Amino acid sequence: MGSLRSVLHSPLRREDFFTGIICLAPSLLVIAFFVVFPIIFSLYLSFHEWAILTPDKPFVGLDNFERMFSTPEFWQALKNTFLYTVGVVPFGAAASLALALLLNRTILGSGFFRTAFFLPVITSTIAIAVVWLWVYDDNIGLLNLILRGLGFQPVRWLTSSKTALLSMIIMNVWRNAGYHMVIFLAGLQSIPESLYEAATIDGVNTFQRFRYITWPLLVPTTVFVLITNTIFTFQVFGPIYVMTGGGPARSTSVIVYYLYQRAFEFQEMGYASAVAWSIFIILIGLTLFQLWLSRNKEKIW
Amino acid sequence: MVKVLKTVLLYAVLGLCAAIFITPFLWMLQASVKNTAQIFAFPPKLLPNPVVWRNYIRAWTAVPLARFYLNSIIVAGSVAFAQVVTSAMAAYVFARLSFPFKNVIFVFFLAIMMIPIQVTVIPLFIIVKTLGLIDSYGALILPFLAYPFGTFLLRQFFLTIPREIEDAARADGCPRLRILVQIIAPLSKSALFTLGMLAFMFIWNSFFWPLLVTNTEKHFTIQVGLAMLRTQLIMEVDWGLLMAATVISILPVLIFYMFTQKQIIKGITLTGLKM
Repeated sequence: MGSLRSVLHSPLRREDFFTGIICLAPSLLVIAFFVVFPIIFSLYLSFHEWAILTPDKPFVGLDNFERMFSTPEFWQALKNTFLYTVGVVPFGAAASLALALLLNRTILGSGFFRTAFFLPVITSTIAIAVVWLWVYDDNIGLLNLILRGLGFQPVRWLTSSKTALLSMIIMNVWRNAGYHMVIFLAGLQSIPESLYEAATIDGVNTFQRFRYITWPLLVPTTVFVLITNTIFTFQVFGPIYVMTGGGPARSTSVIVYYLYQRAFEFQEMGYASAVAWSIFIILIGLTLFQLWLSRNKEKIW
Repeated sequence: MVKVLKTVLLYAVLGLCAAIFITPFLWMLQASVKNTAQIFAFPPKLLPNPVVWRNYIRAWTAVPLARFYLNSIIVAGSVAFAQVVTSAMAAYVFARLSFPFKNVIFVFFLAIMMIPIQVTVIPLFIIVKTLGLIDSYGALILPFLAYPFGTFLLRQFFLTIPREIEDAARADGCPRLRILVQIIAPLSKSALFTLGMLAFMFIWNSFFWPLLVTNTEKHFTIQVGLAMLRTQLIMEVDWGLLMAATVISILPVLIFYMFTQKQIIKGITLTGLKM
């Protein structure tokens, strides 16, 4: 440890060293105890069988993983999560970009509209879920009242396995559009005005302005929104718990909900840890993909 | 003429969008002041007559909503305060001090930031259970006392503060820790406030972990309390009561938002943190 000796030699660097230890200790202790240790423990658990109430945890090798890969419910949950994410992320980005483009100008009442679009974001997901339970109600819900009023057949939003996942997707897009709109607005406002002025002089129309100036310069923002929202959407739990309980017929059982049921309803801590690791690996993959994208942006676009 | 038409069209589209975002909230509000007969009436009356305030009293007394509120404020407040302190301390090391393996530790912090709670939740639950902390404030607060995201945010901010400001104090032999408390912290008030607010809202809205580690009304947060109220009512759906409780749970947050709007928007564009 040559470097450590030289640190302790100079009084100024010695002060830095001891101050550094004091300042990093709280964060490092919390992270070590509540993040690093749990991750290792989780890996250990995934190779064991353990119902939390019994003291013994027999080593079962790869049994938990084998069982996971041969369980239809696991694949169904993974498929639902995948469909949910694929539904939410692109439509959410498109909706929020559209809102941002509408609001990216100085008009009377823009503050009101921005607050209106942002209202769902500041409301907790659980409160939103309760409100939408009532919006989606088969008989007296807002949507079916409107449909009936217009002379359409009512839709069984949450009570049919054909539509339940789609209903959850619509609600998510509605809830988060205002949030991503704010990010897109920041992206739009960072585009230099001089580019648009030059385009106006050249007689460029609105569509061309968007296609050749706005869109290329928004690519980094769009990539950011797409990737972070993918990682976030993948972990949905609260609305599923409150609104559908994974049903009907497992049609909204997503992967984190499946983990929750196995671990905390069926007490299968070992098996659920294997499921947790599958989630972890997928999320690591997505994160690495994000890093790779942001490194290679210039080459790709 | 074309310009006028364009403006009218723009406002029509914006108005339609605003209606889509606001209507569910209005729908909740009108249900919260209706009795069951009014709620199930067809065709529905948009404005309730008479207005039934009783739902609010019933919601307030059916479950200890005030208690849930207090719990949420205690938990989110302690976590926000602790995260500001621990993050500022760690961020100062990364921004200013010469410390062995500083960059390695920083990358480690960033990697930790990517790990979602769902992955660690089972062992975390076992730890909390082993420590005998199930259904206590400790379970809700301890795991979140420090979080690398705050460190990352504050480090970026500290780096924008000119070093010269510290140099004079350093030359006078002022210890590093005092510089952090007396010079850096006051200069970073807005960043510290933004972080505290984001941490507060994050914990306020969290549901998965509080659901797992609380099991009596004594320690339910407002989110868990609301979800429990919904499951209790699953047989005899009392929409009026449920909507009144939801309004009560939303209202203070709305008022808080009105006052801190600018800071919140700034925080989001700065960080892209999910609420």
